[in-house]
Amino acid sequence: MASSPAVRRARKSLIFLLIVIVGLTGLIAYGVERSGATWAPKLALDLQGGTQILLAAEQTDGKAIAGDQLQQAVSIIRQRVDAAGVSEAEITTQGNQHISVAIPGKADEATLQRIEASAKLDFRPVLTIGMGVNMQQPLADDATAEEKKERAAQEKALEEAAAGPVDPDPLPKSAGDLAWATPALLAQFEAFTCASEEALDSRDAKADRPLITCDDSGTAKYLLGPVELGGDVITDATAQMGTTQSGATTGEWVVQITMNKKGTADFGKISTRLFGAAEPQNQFAFVLDGNVLSAPAMQGQILDGRPSISGGFTQESAQALADQLKFGALPMDFTVQSQEDISATLGTSQLSAGLLAGLIGLLAVVVYSVFQYRALGSLTIASLVVAGVLTYLLLTFFSWRQGYRLSLAGVAGIIVAVGFTADSFIVYFERIRDALRDGFSIESAVENGWKKAFRTVLASDGVNFLAAAILFILAVGSVKGFAFTLGLTTLVDILVVALFTHPMMTLLARTKFYRTGHKFSGLDPQALGAVYRGRAAFREPAKADRKKNVKSAREAERRQTIAERKAAAGKES
Amino acid sequence: MARSFADFGNALYTGEKSINFIGKRRLWYAVSVVLILLSIIGPLARGGFTFGIEFTGGSQFQVHLTEGQDRDPAVAQKAVESVLPQSAPRVTLVGPTDLRVQTEALTDADNRAVTAALVEQYDVSADEVTYSFIGPAWGQDITKQAVIALFVFLIFAALVMALYFRTWKMSLAAIIALLHDLVITAGIYGASGFEITPAAMIGFLTILGYSLYDTVVVFDKIRENTLPGQLSERQTFGEAVNLGVNQTLVRSINTSIVALLPVGSILFIGAFVLGAGTLRDISLALFIGILVGAYSTIFIASPVYAHLRESDEDIKRHDAKALKLRGEEPAATAVADEPASPATSAS
Repeated sequence: MASSPAVRRARKSLIFLLIVIVGLTGLIAYGVERSGATWAPKLALDLQGGTQILLAAEQTDGKAIAGDQLQQAVSIIRQRVDAAGVSEAEITTQGNQHISVAIPGKADEATLQRIEASAKLDFRPVLTIGMGVNMQQPLADDATAEEKKERAAQEKALEEAAAGPVDPDPLPKSAGDLAWATPALLAQFEAFTCASEEALDSRDAKADRPLITCDDSGTAKYLLGPVELGGDVITDATAQMGTTQSGATTGEWVVQITMNKKGTADFGKISTRLFGAAEPQNQFAFVLDGNVLSAPAMQGQILDGRPSISGGFTQESAQALADQLKFGALPMDFTVQSQEDISATLGTSQLSAGLLAGLIGLLAVVVYSVFQYRALGSLTIASLVVAGVLTYLLLTFFSWRQGYRLSLAGVAGIIVAVGFTADSFIVYFERIRDALRDGFSIESAVENGWKKAFRTVLASDGVNFLAAAILFILAVGSVKGFAFTLGLTTLVDILVVALFTHPMMTLLARTKFYRTGHKFSGLDPQALGAVYRGRAAFREPAKADRKKNVKSAREAERRQTIAERKAAAGKES
Repeated sequence: MARSFADFGNALYTGEKSINFIGKRRLWYAVSVVLILLSIIGPLARGGFTFGIEFTGGSQFQVHLTEGQDRDPAVAQKAVESVLPQSAPRVTLVGPTDLRVQTEALTDADNRAVTAALVEQYDVSADEVTYSFIGPAWGQDITKQAVIALFVFLIFAALVMALYFRTWKMSLAAIIALLHDLVITAGIYGASGFEITPAAMIGFLTILGYSLYDTVVVFDKIRENTLPGQLSERQTFGEAVNLGVNQTLVRSINTSIVALLPVGSILFIGAFVLGAGTLRDISLALFIGILVGAYSTIFIASPVYAHLRESDEDIKRHDAKALKLRGEEPAATAVADEPASPATSAS
């Protein structure tokens, strides 16, 4: 049997849908094999248990922070959380000034306090530099008595030194004065490693005291003098090609800093002092959030407030440092907006209750569809199943690629979507029925009904998607998770109705069961009061005459329906 | 039943049976005005909306007990008062095994002390007591964001609909119906005495989508019926709109039921199995919203649209001509004064 264009189109759509599903499944399977994807969407904290902290970031002077600065704030928080040894923490921005930190399990007090600390950028002079890891080898078993004695003496000397006062007396005037490095402080510096617990607390250091800290990578440790200049004097920092005095490019990436008036004056003095000082006291350090970003040596007097940092940068590393200096320049405060602990048991019970509710709701919809649409109800159910599979795969995919987490609000979004999705089928079926009532054969009723229904589905789903998208972009907190699933399921709905429900209907309309309008097909023309009875055989709509009411007969005549007009037109031709 | 429901659909489609939604609009307007007034008075009579801890700020402890363990709220009261004599904690039972204690915002030290007291009083392990803290600014922040979202959505949706339907009057009618739904839903929710939580807010915001979604489906049919080529000479504009509403009535009923079934099941599970929480609050707001949304599409949006268009010159001319053709005198409010349709009620 030669298949009509409609049937060929239907088959193509179904095959396309199959490819999409198989493709997604294949991608996820590949992800599971290769890069730690899972077969189920990852759960948010309210279903899994854990601590959720919402921070508001703002400048210390109370001003709101801008988009790029928020990204900087996120990376600061990420460093803090990573440094605290918390694994699998999720740190994301929400809205314009919120940062959400989700930590599996219970967060301890110390971690929380570290997260809340303010972040600022400072300039400190370098006093001493050392290796970030403990270099001292444990003594070999066959060490001589001489060696043991020597080691013991060393340790004793260190202990004695550590017991002395940390602050020199009197306090030196200059931040770069080596007098800051008292024996006690040097002993602390000696014992310090970048992996130690104290390394985490370096950001709480007092501004008017020396600081022991590490660089970002933890390979070098620094003993720094008190803060000489605040980071807020930086007005701009860009990555660019370095230039010589004559203006020719050196072909090397540098970070060009621009300072304000106060910064220019102060930095001029600092550079005058540091230029020509001995190694490593000719270096000064940019300290952001307790970490040394960069500690360049002073190569000259800089009196114009435009220092540039050079030294083995690539474009990326220069840009990264420029961003850190620019966006970290203004001190930021983090205030806890909300903190929520969810126990794992409560999370599990919420999830199972949510799933149970979904199952009951789905069953009720199935029963109602079968009751309303008879055998067509099975197409509703099949479509819902396809929509369910697609949604599940997409959520899993997003959870793998985009770090999406399914929350309780998200589950609610999915359950609510069952209603919206089923509505598309209802609109479609009702349109087919209308077309049947208008006297179309089943095959053409399907095509005719589809054209009108798809327009309606697109328009109404469009409005729904608009709502979801706006909520997703603008709202914060759990609203976001809900908006995401709502938007996703709206798209899935359009896909399913176009690529599954309609093609299946087209094919089904060719089966004998539906073509002849079987009583249980849900498309029985007789039950629908269709005016079309086989080829070119029309009858008057009997229903209107059944009422022996003169008034109603007149009313019926007056209100000629589309169906009647079509019938009349059919007779004339 | 299904049989007669299909018959009912047929009759509505052909216009044999027709419910006069448009003609009786004064009645529906009156009903809605009463509902809106009740929605404003109801929550006020209860002393205004009760806002959840997320909006007011505060500390919250949740104690997870084993099944069958005595959940005496007085124990929790005592535990909190042993640490904070001035505090008046609110204690709620949550689900079959949990207990929730809400206090004013506590310092870290107080929070640890209260947790310890609860652990001791209920004799559970420290892992079973969870703690949440919500700063006072948080509620304002999410409310502000939600209100911004609401306005942005209204503007976009109105534009999209005006473009799609090619008349701003449909857009306006749909937005009026949407606001109607929001006010009534918030009113009923508030009158029920439940706290307004972020979850309830999600529910309200979803109604935005749902209410318009429902209206767009019906308006699409109305637009089809009132296209220049489709509007019959003997039919007034109001009647054509009314026919559209009737023709989509079966769909409206089916859709509302299908949308209400899952939401109802979350509401049931949320309210009776889990107790207070995200699921109950979302689904209650949605349940009311879907009901009101379905009502407003038929009884508010469509009549308001007909109302708005009837003052258009071309519509006036068309209606006068249609009435004249039928031998009736054109009246100022053509539809409302017309004798009722043959079957004004469908039982």
